[in-house]
This record gives sequence, structure tokens and C-alpha cells, in this order.
Amino acid sequence: MPFVNIIRKRLIFLVLVVFGVSLITFAISHIIPGDPARLVAGDRASDEIVTSIRQQMGLDRPLPEQYWRYLTGILRGDLGASLRTNRPVIEDLVAFFPASLELALVALLIATLMGAPLGVLSAVYRDRPIDHVVRTLAVIGISTPAFWLGLILIVTFYGALGVLPGGGRIDPNLAIPSRVTGFYLVDSLLAGDLPAFGSTLRHLVLPAFTLGFIHLGVVARQIRSAMLDELQQDYVRTARANGIAKWRVICGHALPNALIPSITVLGLALGDLLYGAVLTETVFAWPGMGAYVVNSIQSLDFPAVMGFSVVVSFAYVLVNLAVDLIYMAIDPRITGVN
Amino acid sequence: MSAAGPIVAAPVAISDWGFLFYRIRKSPLTVLGILMILTVLVFVAFAPWLATHDPNAISLRARLAPPSGAHWFGTDEVGRDLYSRVVFGGRLSVGVGFFVVVIAGGVGAVVGCLSGILGGRVDTVLMRIMDVVLSVPSLVVTMALAAALGPSLFNAMLAMAIVRIPFYVRLARGQALVIREMPYVKGAYIFGASNWQVLRWHVARNAMPPLIVQATLDLGGAILMASALSFIGLGAQQPTAEWGAMVSTGRNFILDQWWYSAFPGFAILFTATGFNLLGDGVRDLLDPRQKGR
Repeated sequence: MPFVNIIRKRLIFLVLVVFGVSLITFAISHIIPGDPARLVAGDRASDEIVTSIRQQMGLDRPLPEQYWRYLTGILRGDLGASLRTNRPVIEDLVAFFPASLELALVALLIATLMGAPLGVLSAVYRDRPIDHVVRTLAVIGISTPAFWLGLILIVTFYGALGVLPGGGRIDPNLAIPSRVTGFYLVDSLLAGDLPAFGSTLRHLVLPAFTLGFIHLGVVARQIRSAMLDELQQDYVRTARANGIAKWRVICGHALPNALIPSITVLGLALGDLLYGAVLTETVFAWPGMGAYVVNSIQSLDFPAVMGFSVVVSFAYVLVNLAVDLIYMAIDPRITGVN
Repeated sequence: MSAAGPIVAAPVAISDWGFLFYRIRKSPLTVLGILMILTVLVFVAFAPWLATHDPNAISLRARLAPPSGAHWFGTDEVGRDLYSRVVFGGRLSVGVGFFVVVIAGGVGAVVGCLSGILGGRVDTVLMRIMDVVLSVPSLVVTMALAAALGPSLFNAMLAMAIVRIPFYVRLARGQALVIREMPYVKGAYIFGASNWQVLRWHVARNAMPPLIVQATLDLGGAILMASALSFIGLGAQQPTAEWGAMVSTGRNFILDQWWYSAFPGFAILFTATGFNLLGDGVRDLLDPRQKGR
């Protein structure tokens, strides 16, 4: 029952989001100062051609009708055609999505693997120097412009030290692993292509760290807060009184419980990482949705920008749903009441 | 209470400000944040005196010069002094941040308080609209809106402010709902006060503090996002001395002239860190349960 409830609630929310996003993107794409038909036709096209293109694109119809077409299109998975690449937006996004997701997942892994231990240390040594360092680091994390951190890392590790590649997803001299999942890391392993795997990994380090660093602090702060709650619990004191070593209690008893509330934060972080990758991808020439959308914005390719907004918003809601379900699976006390 | 000193029944007449100051002093990170912001504000206020050159003076002989005694942060591709440009850029970045939170906070406060006081259908409809706007990733909407309005710093600010309004509406409405139920407000209604009077006399004033705190928390984020929009070409345009735009241009020279992007970017980091440290401190002060969390 609770599972059904949560899923129902989220699905209602999903419908709301579809409606909202489509309305917002539609409204925005109709306040553009330029004329999309003129943009497609080019500057030198005659007025007749522009008019016929406008008719073709349905731009001469009344607004409600245009919106209805747009909305039903979205529901069918039709996000319109990109003005820049002339391909259906949905195809472009499907092609670029795995690259973004791979980057976001690795970034999340980095943020968690570094943030969690820092959060634990910070909670255990509360108000000691290490706590202040971790908290400062957390604030610096959310205050760092990702595009700038990326550039600094490129200068250092690519320019000065020459140990890591400065951009791209894989060494251009290597064959791209044949597409199974779209994740180069997975595909290269499936193909048994170790050089491609190594190259992908090396290309991932800097962008994933850049993206992960921003969220490291968020994760550390969340874990710290949850750990402080757990460390005050009676079971921790009892375990210590029974002679179990301090760090065994911390890592074996308190940490697993502290991780439960943190799952929500990690889930939300994944959503943020997906669209936060916009800037990082641009800096690292990472061929994902983010770089695609920035190029689209710069060439006023609105169908592409709106399609991106729609897809990312869906992904966001779906991630939230997944988080709720995981949450209930590992913590039976939660019964779907918010 | 300090342990030393005689125990006397001194009246605890520390003024609110004194108490605030005492508590802020207890939190070294907040003090650090305040010092950082003061530094930035000094540069913003005295930019013409603290800059060593005219930020827009072109000197083709000194193009892309490395940091030196004459040009502390080096020069850009047309020989403008980067230190002076960073100093003047602070005015823009900090100004943009304030503009965004003041507009978003102001509009959000009015709409939110009204929604909370009026209640009923107006409230429901407004809140559903806000839910929808909040469900869409803000960076994406901001970018799309800024692009639609046309790339300029003003449009970027406008887009950022519009997208942030729902946060303040939600917050102000929550406050209004609580205040509306207070006995003195109910009393005011009984004495014949209109909604408008209640809004002006009671709700607006009492809903202010949390809104101001939220605005403080938001400043760092707003400055960051403005620079990000400029970086992808949607904010300040050449030749404006704006931090994000400078990092963006500097990117073309990044491998040979690292200083071009490094200093303006550090200025963004420094300013945002200052405001975020202050924001954290203010939140701790006002919500003791969250203290040290």
C-alpha cells in the first residue's frame, strides 16, 4: 500500500511537471525577440519563403493550438526538430544523454567517497580543527565556480604537468567502443578493450572531480549532521560500554544508520549533477547534453533548449521516485508518510 | 557565561546588538565570512582609488603580460590591466547579486504574504503555479529565459530574479500563515482592520527577518550564477569588466596565460565564499537547533 501511495503521488507530480515544464518552455520560446521561421530560412530568404516556413512550422496557428500540439508532441516523445542540427531533438538528446549520465555518476561517486569520510571525521571531532576545516571546505565547495575550477585543473594537470588529458571523452586515436549502454567505461569493458577503458577513465578524472567537488561539501555536511544525531543515540553508548572499539561503533553501527537520511541528499545531488554538468561539460568539451544545450542556447536553437529542460526535469522526478523507493526498501519504518 | 568573575545578579541588559555580536564572535567561520565580505565591499566602494589603471584603457604594447609590479594580475589580450578590471568587476558582480535578491525577495514577499492572508482559491492557484516553477531545474530555466530575452547582463539579472521568486513566495506565505493566526492579528481583524491593513501593519513587518536571512543565503549563489551566465555568453558582454565574462575570454589563452582566467575566477570564489560563510552563520544564529550542523 505505501509503495503504491508513493508511486501514485510521484506520478501525479510527474504529470504536473510535464504540464508545468511544457507551459514554461512554451512561454519562453514565444517571448524570443527573433522570428524562428526567419532563423530557419536565413537572412536572405524572401518574405514568401519565410511565410511558408512559418506555416510549415505551425507558427501561424493560434497560441492555444500551438501549445496543444507541443504538449501532445512531448507526450509522444516528440520534442520538435533542432534548428541547428536539423535532427529531432529527442534523437540528439538520446545520443548525448549517456555521456552526461556517466559523468554525473562518476562525479557522485567521487563526492560520496570523499565527502562521507570527511563528514564522519567532522562529526566525531566536532568543533575541533578538523571539523572547521571540513566545514570550510564544504562552503568553498558550493562557492566555487565550476567553470573556473575546471580551467585551473586543466592548466595544472594538462598544461603544466601533462599527466591528464585536457578535454574530450576518449583519446581521438582510439576507436570508440561499440555502443551497448552508451557508457564508454562499461562498453569498453564489455568489448574487452582495456586501452579504451584506461583512456576513458583518464578523461573522466578532471571533469568528474570538478563536478564532484561542488557536491563534496553538500555530502560531507549531510553525513556530519546525520552522524551527530546517531552518535548521541543510546545504542552507541551501549555498544561503547560493552567494550566495542570506538571506530567499530562509528563505522559499523552509527554510519550505516546515518547513511539512510543521506540517500535523499545523494539522490537530489544526482539530479543537480545532471544539469549542473552544463558548465563543466562546456569547459572540458565533454560531448554530453550540457555542452549540447550551451551550443543550442548560443545559436538560439529553442526546440533543443526546451527539449533539454523537459528531459532533465523528467529525470529529476524519476530520480526522486527511485530515491523514495530505495529509502523504503532499506528502512522499513518509513511507510510512505512524508 | 564565563566561569571567572564574581557571581552577581547583574541585570542581563545586553542589547540585542551586543548579544548578536557576542554570538557572532563565538563562530570563527562567520567572522571570517564577514571579514571577507568587508574586504570585497571596500574594493567595491573605493574601486576608483584602489585600481591602478583605467579598467578600459587599451595598451597594445603590453598585451597578455604576466603579473608584474606594473600590472599585478597581468594584462589581457588588448593590454588592459587585469587587476583594475577585477576591482571594477566587483561592482558589477556584487551589484547583480543584490539586485537579484532584492527584486526576487521583494516580489516574492508581496505575493507570498498576499497569498497567505487571502487564502482560499487564490492561495491554492498561486501555490500550484509556484510548485510547477520549482519543479523545473532553476539553472536550466534561467538559461533558457536569459537566452530568450537576449544576451545582456540586465536580462540575465531579470531571468535570475524571476526564477528565484517562488522560493521567497513560499517562505513569505509560510510566515503569513503563522502570523495570521496570532491572537493580536485576530484581534486586529475583530477591530475591523482590513486585509490590506493587516498586511501592512503586522504581516509585512514580522515576515521580514526570515526573508532577509534567505536573501543573505542567496547572495553567494546569485553572484555565482550571474558569473556562470556571463561565462556561457548570456550575461555581461565584451568589453564590460565582469568576472565571469573575463574567465570566459581568458579561457582562449588558458594554457599560456593562466593568470587571465585565474584572478577573476578567484575573485568570484572569494566573494561567494564570504557570503556563504555569513549565510551559514546567520542561519545558525537564528535557528539554534541547527547550530553547528
